[in-house]
Formats: sequence, structure tokens, C-alpha cells
Amino acid sequence: MATEYNAYVTTESIESDADGPLAGRTVAVKDNISTEGVQTTCGSAMLEGYVPPYDATVVQRLKSAGATIPGKTNMDEFGMGTTTETSAYGPTENPAAPGHVPGGSSGGSAAVVAAGDADMALGTDTGGSIRCPAAFCGVVGIKPTYGLVSRYGLVAYANSLEQIGPIAPTVEEAAELLEVVAGPDDHDATTREHDGATDGLADAADGDVDGLSIGVPTELVEGADEEVVETFWDAIDELEAQGASYHEVDLPSVEHAVEAYYVIAMSEASSNLARFDGVRYGQSGGYESNWNESFANAREQGFGEEVKRRVLLGTYALSAGYHDKYYKKAQDARAWVKQDFDEALDEADVLASPTMPVPPMEMGESLDDPLTMYLADANTTPVNLANLPAISVPAGETEDGLPVGLQLVGPAFGEQTIIRAGSALA
Amino acid sequence: MSESVVDPEEVRHVADLARVDLDDDEVERFTEQFADILSYFETLDEVPETDREADLANVMRPDEAHDCLSQDEALENAPDSEAGHFKGPKVS
Repeated sequence: MATEYNAYVTTESIESDADGPLAGRTVAVKDNISTEGVQTTCGSAMLEGYVPPYDATVVQRLKSAGATIPGKTNMDEFGMGTTTETSAYGPTENPAAPGHVPGGSSGGSAAVVAAGDADMALGTDTGGSIRCPAAFCGVVGIKPTYGLVSRYGLVAYANSLEQIGPIAPTVEEAAELLEVVAGPDDHDATTREHDGATDGLADAADGDVDGLSIGVPTELVEGADEEVVETFWDAIDELEAQGASYHEVDLPSVEHAVEAYYVIAMSEASSNLARFDGVRYGQSGGYESNWNESFANAREQGFGEEVKRRVLLGTYALSAGYHDKYYKKAQDARAWVKQDFDEALDEADVLASPTMPVPPMEMGESLDDPLTMYLADANTTPVNLANLPAISVPAGETEDGLPVGLQLVGPAFGEQTIIRAGSALA
Repeated sequence: MSESVVDPEEVRHVADLARVDLDDDEVERFTEQFADILSYFETLDEVPETDREADLANVMRPDEAHDCLSQDEALENAPDSEAGHFKGPKVS
């Protein structure tokens, strides 16, 4: 069923009669996750009409668990955006804050959950693309530890950073969905066996934060919008009232996380998106000219502006003479961020910050200024660089009723810890 | 900041390397935006050299044949095909 807020690219339903933990429930799937026999566009004109011949591992697991997939959700083109406005199929509106963006890039997935049109949804998170829309739409989103969930069948944007994860109205439901899709897969050699992170996730949503130690990285709070900061501290107060304690921590490396993230993500994107040549699938560049001209023509027609921008900047960052200056330094920054987080998590069970430094933007407000849009990812991108798990839970609203999210980051494969902590709030 | 000045020729050169045609308006917008974005990326200069303690392990499996897509399935999404092959433009 189509929505008035344009949350689906395709509304073809995929039924399952398996008797599993998700029987009778609907799980919408982001449109960069392959569904056999059902169009998968990645929000791009390049892949209009592309019908995958196989299922992603997570889709197979949804079907085995008895879930019904009501449709494929709208997204920023190839996951490149923070607002779900770069989709070739038009922007999605935020059902929890009309006139505002739902966040991105998994904006359609968060929107259908917020509106109650799907029970749950899968999104993907490369630099915040699950947590940002969860925060903006007032729902729960989990970015799993790198290696917990198979990426087989996910159309790649930046392989070293991205994970598939759940979006749901409550922490417990998000944990149930994560439990279904998590776990090793022969088709993805980056997945890892880890009992504590694949079992008992839903049971961990018991709301018990007595004795929980919370670190608050000052760098991720100071620059945020005033009302966001107030809402954040109210949520921390609530956790304290339930028995948690907090202390401030310094993470100097995160000042460089956004630029490191964008250099790495764009570099990986420039390589991954080279596959779109208009020959094996996607928009054809014609047959009249030579290979290079036809290839460049297919990509001119098939890619939107944000995708072109990132492919070009990634190509630039990897090109001779610039590799050491950008890509190598970005890898140094990534290692530094990881060290900082690991050290902070030696002294705390979880690290807390606002998920997004700003409330949801008005639609159309941020498209003309890409750098400002990138900077909105300041609090989410460090987590992907460090390969860690994080959850975004609703923290409250601004005076104008705009949702604000709280992000909790845990140690690698510490999904149970962030689920338990988050369940005290949602 | 002088290092990050980007001129339209450079944008066209990178677009050529990336095999993406751009129209003149895009070249103009990208020239301006890339100058901002690249000068922001240059703050990476302040990052200290850091040891990477990657916890990596090889993942091996037996080299056995498995089921895979049929030729028809592999060609299903191609804009055009000929005699069971993908059809592409001229190579030179």
C-alpha cells in the first residue's frame, strides 16, 4: 500500500507462511537490499526496473522467520544522503514531523514504522543511516557491530563501514528483528560467530540500568542545538533516576571523524559504483560510441547529483598524488577514533550522546549545501569508523514537537548492553 | 587554503577518470563545492600517524563448485544481449 508521505519505492508484497518468530508481522525492507523477483532500485534511476535474481541473506532469514515484507522503502540514492531527499523517486516526508525530512538514508524505513504502516523495518547504516532517521522519526534504530549481520545481497556503497540493522517502535521489537537477521553467513566472509550478540537480544530489553556506567563524550554534545542538548540531558537524568551513573569523557579524535568518514566512504563508493556500466544491468549508455563514452553516458543519465559528487570526490581522493594526503590520513584518523572509543569503553559500559546534533530539517532546506549536510553526521560517523554497535532511542521532543534521539554506543558485539540500556527509555 | 583551489578543468579531468559525463552547470557547481569540501578534508593534516591494530583473520573455505545463476538468469537484467552474451559497446 502506497503512503501519502512517499515512503515506498515498490509496494509489491512478499508473503511467507513459515511459522517463525516474526509470523504475522510486517517488516519493510530498504530498497538497497536484494529481493528475488521484486524490483530493487537503491533509490536510483540507474536501477529502475532492476529485478534481483536472488535474495539477500537477511531477506531469506525474514522469510524463514515468517515475516511479510510489505514493500521496498525509499532511501537516499545508493544510501548517499542524510534526508531521503536525493532519491530519484522523490523525497519522503516525516510522518512524525510533517513538512520535515525523515532523516536518511533509511528514511522510508523509519517513516513506515513511525506511521504504523509496518510493524518493523530493515535499514542500512554506513555513517548513521539507520540511527539518523530513527531519531528524526521518533523510533528505535540499531546499527550492529561490523560483522554481526550479513551484507550478502546488499548493494554495496562503502563495504568497510556499512551494516544492515533493525528499525522498530520499541527497543524490544528492534532486538527481536536483529536476533532474526544476525549471525554468520558463508556468503559474507566478514561476518563473525559471536553467541552473546546473536542470542538473547530481545530478552536483554529488560530496562534494568541499575549500576550502568555511562560515558558522555563532551565533543559530541557541545556543538549540538540547544534544545537537542536539553532533551539529551533530560534523558540522562531519567537513566540516572533509574540507577545509572554518568561521567564525562574526552574523545579528541572525533573532531576529525566526519572528514575521515567522507574520504573513506567516497573512496569506497567510487570503486563500488564502477560496476554500473549499463551493460550487465541498469541504464544503458547506448551502443553507438566507444566503451568509455557509452559508460560515461550511462552514468550521466543514471546517477543523481549527490552520487556523482561522491564518486568524483572519491576518485579524486584515490588519484595519484592525493592518496597519501586524503585516504591514508583518513585511515590514520579511523584507527585513532577506534582507539579513543575502546579506551573510553574500558571505563564505561556505554557512551551516550544526542544521535543527531540538530532536530529534523525542513524539507528542501539542506540540498544546496552538501558540506553542511555532511556535518550533520558528526555524532553517528565515528561509530562506523570504530566498527562498534549503537542504538538510537527517542529521548523526547523540542518545543515545536520535533523528535530528538539519544545514541548509546557499546563495545564490539556488546549488543545486549546497548539494548538493555536503551530499553530503559523506549 | 590555496592548495584546495579547484578549477573547472580539474573537475572535468576527475569526471573523465570516473567515467561520468557532466553538463556545464554541474561542472560549475562542483568546482565551487569541491573547493569547500576539499579544504574541509585538509584538516586531516592534523591527525597523528596512528598504529592500526586490526584484528584480522583469513577466512577460508574448500574450493568446491556450488549452484549459481543460470545464463538466462544472469542476462535477465541486461539492457541487451546477443547469443547468450552481454551486449556492450565497441571496445576501441
